Amino acid sequence: MAPPDGAQTNAPQAAGPAISIEGGILPGWATWAVLAGAAAIASAFLLAIGSFTVALLLVLTVPVAAAGIYFWSRSVEGPRRAKDRVVTLSIASAFALAMIPLISLLYEVVKRGVPGLSLEFFTEDARGKIGGGGAAHAIVGTLVITGVAAAISVPIGIMTAIYMNEYGAGKKLRRALTFFVDVMTGIPSIVAGLFAYALFELFFGPGIRLGVMGSVALSVLMIPIVIRSAEEVLKIVPNHLREAAYALGTPKWKTIVRIVLPTAFAGLVTGVMIATARIIGETAPLLVTTGVIDSVNSDPFNGRMQNLAVYAYSEYRSPGVMKQASYDRAWAAALTLIAIVMILNVVARLVYRRYKTEIR
Amino acid sequence: MFGAASTKRETEEAASTGTTPPAPSAETAAGAAPAVHANRGAKTVEAKSVDLFYGDFHAVEDVNVKIEPNKVTALIGSSGCGKTTFLRALNRMHELTPGASVKGHITLDGEDMYGAKVDPVRVRRLVGMVFQAPNPFPTMSVYENVAAGLSLNSKRMKKADKDAVVERSLRGAHLWDEVKDRLDRPGTGLSGGQQQRLCIARTIAVEPEVLLMDEPCSALDPVATLAVEDLIAELKNRFTIVIVTHNMQQAARASDVTAFFNLEKSGDPGRLVEVGPTEEIFTKPKQKATEDYVSGRFG
Repeated sequence: MAPPDGAQTNAPQAAGPAISIEGGILPGWATWAVLAGAAAIASAFLLAIGSFTVALLLVLTVPVAAAGIYFWSRSVEGPRRAKDRVVTLSIASAFALAMIPLISLLYEVVKRGVPGLSLEFFTEDARGKIGGGGAAHAIVGTLVITGVAAAISVPIGIMTAIYMNEYGAGKKLRRALTFFVDVMTGIPSIVAGLFAYALFELFFGPGIRLGVMGSVALSVLMIPIVIRSAEEVLKIVPNHLREAAYALGTPKWKTIVRIVLPTAFAGLVTGVMIATARIIGETAPLLVTTGVIDSVNSDPFNGRMQNLAVYAYSEYRSPGVMKQASYDRAWAAALTLIAIVMILNVVARLVYRRYKTEIR
Repeated sequence: MFGAASTKRETEEAASTGTTPPAPSAETAAGAAPAVHANRGAKTVEAKSVDLFYGDFHAVEDVNVKIEPNKVTALIGSSGCGKTTFLRALNRMHELTPGASVKGHITLDGEDMYGAKVDPVRVRRLVGMVFQAPNPFPTMSVYENVAAGLSLNSKRMKKADKDAVVERSLRGAHLWDEVKDRLDRPGTGLSGGQQQRLCIARTIAVEPEVLLMDEPCSALDPVATLAVEDLIAELKNRFTIVIVTHNMQQAARASDVTAFFNLEKSGDPGRLVEVGPTEEIFTKPKQKATEDYVSGRFG
C-alpha cells in the first residue's frame, strides 16, 4: 500500500514508485448490465432495419456484449481480466445454446405428454379397445426387453473389459477386440435389428417375432458401450492396489474379484446404467424383431412384444378413429420413456455417491 | 573423512532422537512380542549372478549377494541404479511388469525361486513386501485390511482366531493403541504414517519369512519414520528384512548389512558395487565409488 502523498515516510522504498497489489475491479453486476445494454442496442438496431426476431436478437446480443465487456474491463481491470471475461461470456453462451434444445424438448414432451397420462395408461393394454386403452403392454415390454438385453450385455461386457485391461496387455487378441469394439460402437441400430432377425430366422423360419430377439439386437448395441465404460473404470484402479494384493500371495483372479472390482464398483454400475439408458429408447431394431402387438406379453420367448418407442411410433403413424387421443398417448409414451431414462440416471448417481471409493 | 561422515550421521541421529517422543506403544508391543507366534525361522535369500531386464533394457547386471536371516539388509544407491528392481525380483514381482525378465538364480533357503515347478504366488506368500507409498485397500476397513491377506488366501478361520491375528499384527506394527477403537473405519482414513504401519501389519499378518521394504519411510515425516524404524529393529527377530532406502542416515541407523548399488552412467545396467556390515560400509568402504557415495560426494 502506497502511503498517502502528504505523509512522507523515511521508508527505503520511498525512492521508487510503490507497487500495490490492488487494482481496479468491475462491480459484480457489470456482466448483467453489459448484457442488458447489448440486448437494448441489438433490438434497437433490429427494429431499425425492420427484421426483429428473438433468434436474431440473441445472435446479435452476445458479440455486442463481448465487445462491450472487453473494452470496459480492459480500461478498468487490464487486458488479462478482460480476456478472461470475454472467454467466460463465450463459454456461458455456448452452454446456454446447447441447453436450448434440451429444455425445449423437455418442455414440449411434458406439455404434450401430460394430457395422455391417466391411470388407464399405466394399467390397461390396447387389445380390442377402439380409440382407447393404455400402454401397459408397451411399458412391460420395454422393461422386459431392456432387462434381458442388460442381462446378456453386462456379463459379456464386463468380462471382456476385465480381459482387455487385466490379461490382454500387449496381446493381439486385445488389439483386435479394441478394434472390433470401436466398429461395434458405430453399427447403425437397424443393422443390429436385421442381424438379430436374420439370426433367429435361421432357426425359427421367416416372420419370427420374439421379445428376446429384440434383446439380442439391443445387446449388440449395448455391449460395446459397457465394454468401453468398464475398461475406462478398470484402468483408473491404481496398480499399487493390485501389487499390494499380489505381495500378500493373492492369486490374480482373486485380486481382480476381491480388490479390483470392488474398488471399481461405483463406476461399473454407473456405466451399466448409462448404457441401459442409451438403448432403452431404441425403435428401429425392435420394429423388425419384436413386432407390434396390443396385449400384454411378459414372456420374451413367446410371441410378439410391444415397447414404448414402437408404441409411440405406431400410435402416431396409424392413429385410428380418435386421432387426438392416439397422439396424446404417443406423447405420453415418450414422456414415460424419458422419465425411465431419468430415473436410471438418478439411480446411477446415487449408487456412485454411495459406493465410490477414494482412489489416489 | 569417514570420521566426518560418521560424526555427521551421529549428530543427525542424536537430533532426531532428541526431537522425537518415544513410540507410544513401545512397551505394550515389547511385552506382546514374546507371545507372538513361534518363529518359523526366517529364511536366507541368495542371489547368484542375477541379471534383470525390462524388455531390451538391461537394468541390473550380475548381482551376487547372500542375505542373512534375522538381519536388516539395506540397499542403497542413487536413483535408477536398480535397487528397487532387484528388490522386486526377490518376491517375483519384477516379472509383473510387461516385458520384464530375469536371468540367474535367486534361492530361498537353497530352493530356486525361479525354478520351473515354482508358483510365484507361493513365493509371494513367503516373501512379503511393503511399498513406497502406503497402499491400504480403499474398499476395506482397518480390520479388513489387516485380515486381507488371510481372507484373500482363502484361509478359513474362526472369528476369534482372526481377531487374535489382527490384534497381534497391529500390535506388532505399533498401531494397535492408535486404531483399536476404529477398526471398522476405512483404512484410508488414517494418517500417512499410520497407513504405512497398517500396510506393515497387513504384510506381517500372513506371517511371511522374508520382509521386503521399498523405501517404506519416503512418504513419512520424521516421527513416523522413527516409529517404522523401531518396528524394523523389532521385526528382524522374526524375519529376514531387506529395505531399500535413499536415506543414508536411515541405512546407518536401521540396518546390519548394507549393499551399495551404482551405475557407471545413465543407460548402463546397475551393479552391486559392495556389500558388507553397515559399520564397515560407512566407515571404511573398500571401493572408491562407495566412499564417494556414503560421504555425500555424489548421489
